Amino acid sequence: MLLQYIFKRILLMIPTLLVTSALIFTVINLPEGDYFETLSAEMAAQGEKADLSRIEFLKKEYGFDKPPVERYFWWVAGLLRGDMGYSFEYQLPVRDIVGDRLILTMVVAFCTIIFTWVVAFPIGIYSATHQYSWGDYGLTFLGLLGLAIPHFLLALVFLYFANVWFGTSIGGLVDPQYINQPMSWAKLKSILEHLWIPVIIIGAGGTAGMIRAVRANLLDELQKQYYVTARAKGLPPGKALRKYPFRMSLNFFISDIGDILPSIVSGAEIVAIVLSLQTTGPLLIRALQAQDMYLAGSFLMFLSFMTVIGVLISDIALAMLDPRIRLQGEATK
Amino acid sequence: MDILRISDLRIGFTVHGLARDVVKGVSLRVPAGKTVALVGESGSGKSVISQAIMGLLPRNGGVTGGEILFRDPQTPGQSIDIAGLKAEGKEIRALRGGRIGMIFQEPMSSLSPVHTIGNQIEEALQLHRPTGKAQARELIEAMLARVGFKDPRRAYGFYSFELSGGLRQRAMLAMALICQPALLIADEPTTALDVTIQAQVLDLMSDLQAEMGMAILLITHDLGVVANMADEVVVIYHGEIMESGPVEDIFRRPRHPYLKALLKASPHFDMAEGERLVALREARPREPVAPRPAPAADAAPLLSVRDLRKTYTTGSRSFFGKGTLSTVVAVDGVSFDIRRGECLGLVGESGCGKTTVSKIIMRAVKPDAGEIVFDDGAGPVDMLAMDAETLRRFRPRVQMIFQDPVSSLSPRMTVMNILREPLVIHERGEGDDKIARVRALMDDVGLDARFLNRYPHSFSGGQRQRIGIARALALDPDLIICDEPVSALDVSVQAQILNLLKDLQAERGLTFLFISHNLAVVNYMADRIAVMANGRIVEIAPRHALFSKPSHPYTRALLKSVPYADLDRKLDFKLVAPGGASDDSHWAPAFRRQPDGAALAHLPLGEGHFVLARPGADIKELA
Repeated sequence: MLLQYIFKRILLMIPTLLVTSALIFTVINLPEGDYFETLSAEMAAQGEKADLSRIEFLKKEYGFDKPPVERYFWWVAGLLRGDMGYSFEYQLPVRDIVGDRLILTMVVAFCTIIFTWVVAFPIGIYSATHQYSWGDYGLTFLGLLGLAIPHFLLALVFLYFANVWFGTSIGGLVDPQYINQPMSWAKLKSILEHLWIPVIIIGAGGTAGMIRAVRANLLDELQKQYYVTARAKGLPPGKALRKYPFRMSLNFFISDIGDILPSIVSGAEIVAIVLSLQTTGPLLIRALQAQDMYLAGSFLMFLSFMTVIGVLISDIALAMLDPRIRLQGEATK
Repeated sequence: MDILRISDLRIGFTVHGLARDVVKGVSLRVPAGKTVALVGESGSGKSVISQAIMGLLPRNGGVTGGEILFRDPQTPGQSIDIAGLKAEGKEIRALRGGRIGMIFQEPMSSLSPVHTIGNQIEEALQLHRPTGKAQARELIEAMLARVGFKDPRRAYGFYSFELSGGLRQRAMLAMALICQPALLIADEPTTALDVTIQAQVLDLMSDLQAEMGMAILLITHDLGVVANMADEVVVIYHGEIMESGPVEDIFRRPRHPYLKALLKASPHFDMAEGERLVALREARPREPVAPRPAPAADAAPLLSVRDLRKTYTTGSRSFFGKGTLSTVVAVDGVSFDIRRGECLGLVGESGCGKTTVSKIIMRAVKPDAGEIVFDDGAGPVDMLAMDAETLRRFRPRVQMIFQDPVSSLSPRMTVMNILREPLVIHERGEGDDKIARVRALMDDVGLDARFLNRYPHSFSGGQRQRIGIARALALDPDLIICDEPVSALDVSVQAQILNLLKDLQAERGLTFLFISHNLAVVNYMADRIAVMANGRIVEIAPRHALFSKPSHPYTRALLKSVPYADLDRKLDFKLVAPGGASDDSHWAPAFRRQPDGAALAHLPLGEGHFVLARPGADIKELA
């Protein structure tokens, strides 16, 4: 049953991804001109003479003399073979550029998610069970503060104090002397030293939002009759809370996994630029500015792929966790 | 010996910083092995008392005085004051579920939908009587079998949403009783169930009581249930005990005016022709007018429904893969006429298709087949053939009153806006005319026109239902469909609304299609009654004929399951078929669908009395 369902869902992903790829391609091609025109314009502005013959060669090589529809199919065919294309800006295959950064991005994002959950769940549960207490108000205030302060501002403040108090070097995920060094204990230590700053900053907003969500969801569930039933059985409050309302409120977060996966890969762009992290976020922004179309397009495609996979995972997890979905084919949330 | 003795209990709630006493010095007792009924209307404080006994008061409430003494027969000579126990402390948790079990009104929401029934029952067992896995399983299956699950082994793994309402309440009973408590608190345990299922659950409760010897504190507003179940009765009104004593005294010699009024306000089957219910407060002081003379029987009916049929393809379609698509026939060849000025009652248990019929008449649901002809004297119109614009202009002729007075009024509109909206939509009158009309409507339903600027939340349930009635009257309809208009209301308010509807019908010559599951209410309101089961009308007859000579086994079962508020006519619980009255395998063969596919027909029994049976069946035998 479950296998058949997964198979059907995977089949459904194909048209979804095709439509997304067409959209991405169209949007990237919407602005006037292409990478080569931007390049020659930039060079001309700097008073340099562009190597016209090389540009002409590249244009031909990558099919820029052909109509867009043909180029689209050429690009999609490449993607299917695992060839993400070639970045003009870096003059490297896209896979090589993204590959390095992807690992760092995932490390940062993964730590952020763990941080968010570890902080948000206990606080959310506390807030819900102690509604309108001083603790609830105080934590809610802190959370709203986290939501309200722009990330980049928080990033600057953190950088300054981390440097003044702990002597952490400004920017990056590792001390300068370890850049381009092979991984070692010292390098790992340096990474950990730097890692907590982006994790807290990127996590701050998410944590605040998550606290609100946990609190609201749990407050809803705490009103439900089955929680009264559980307590009428004589369950201690903590255990009753964990087994019934908490379990029910988890549905919301599992359906959220679909959004989390792509954000692991894309990272928080602005914060990454401020902190000059070697993650994928700044890369994407630069690629879009420069109309480096294969880099941008393939990367966006990768993100959509992650989204689709994330939704699939959350659907399967929901079906396993909630018998109503499994047996009735409908969710109540 | 008394298991529970409550003396001078006071419970206060703090709302918006204001402390308010909800229970004001209540004293009552529950003797061992007996059933005590705590009777009162919503807001009387009866549920709050049960919460206090369980130590489950909401956070803004608390016991402000008095004591709740619990004397466990297992530890004689020792009594615990529950009111003095620490909230959520070890002592109170040991009592809850262990020595005091509780079941609730809504068996659906009382069980967790994501845990199996067995899991939830086992949890209660393991908390109070740690038992080995295999032995626990055995105990639970025995309990499930005892409360009426046919296959307890499979029932263990069921989820609550896979069960019918009656079975859910049985599962709740199994959970509350698995630890053999000394006291069972049942908070409106059968209010959400159909009459025949109610009779079964009540029967089960008294059987279990006889077996296990526990005491029951039964909280209810239904005097019929009280008369059938209780040994002692306590009547509570606004947080104070009005009257208490053995059930004999209470029913035969009610002393307190409130109880007397309550008994007079509930509709029952022995009311004389034209007898009027005595509402605690009438909706309006106006003198009722004499009903208009009934139109000649040969005049064309106002509404004529023929062979309506509606099937639903239900989503038993599984989330994974195709699953099995099953077709449910919700309405199966339903035909009836409603004469002008008449009230036709439509009775049946939940799921019988009566609401679907009303939706088809409102053109909210499209039938698969059949026809509906409306004739107000100006010639017949085919309602199902109307296009959108004709239908829009026709809408004022047929209006509806809904069951739930809370959700059927927009909380964001004032009463003025709610009542004016139909007039605006159908462009009736100018600005001032409209307001004058709205004021007249308020007067018609007995509400003060000064309330027009208020929002629905500031009204009580009965007042809200009156607003709903006024809205249905706004466009001067010919036909009003009343879909369970009083089933969400207290008995005293119910009488008020029923009287109001009767008076309005007499004043304005209205025609009603009155849908209800409550036979006593239909008996009070209707001129003719149609009984529906499994999507078909199984019997249709003038009111007195149906009640004096019920012919169809389903009608008979329904009539037999209604609990009377009368000690001399207690229910015979055992007569009710185990699968519910609509399970046609218990019907006599003459009423069953034939295996050869031969159609059943409505056989005339005289005086407009028809019953659905096999065409060749002996009519005398049926009647």
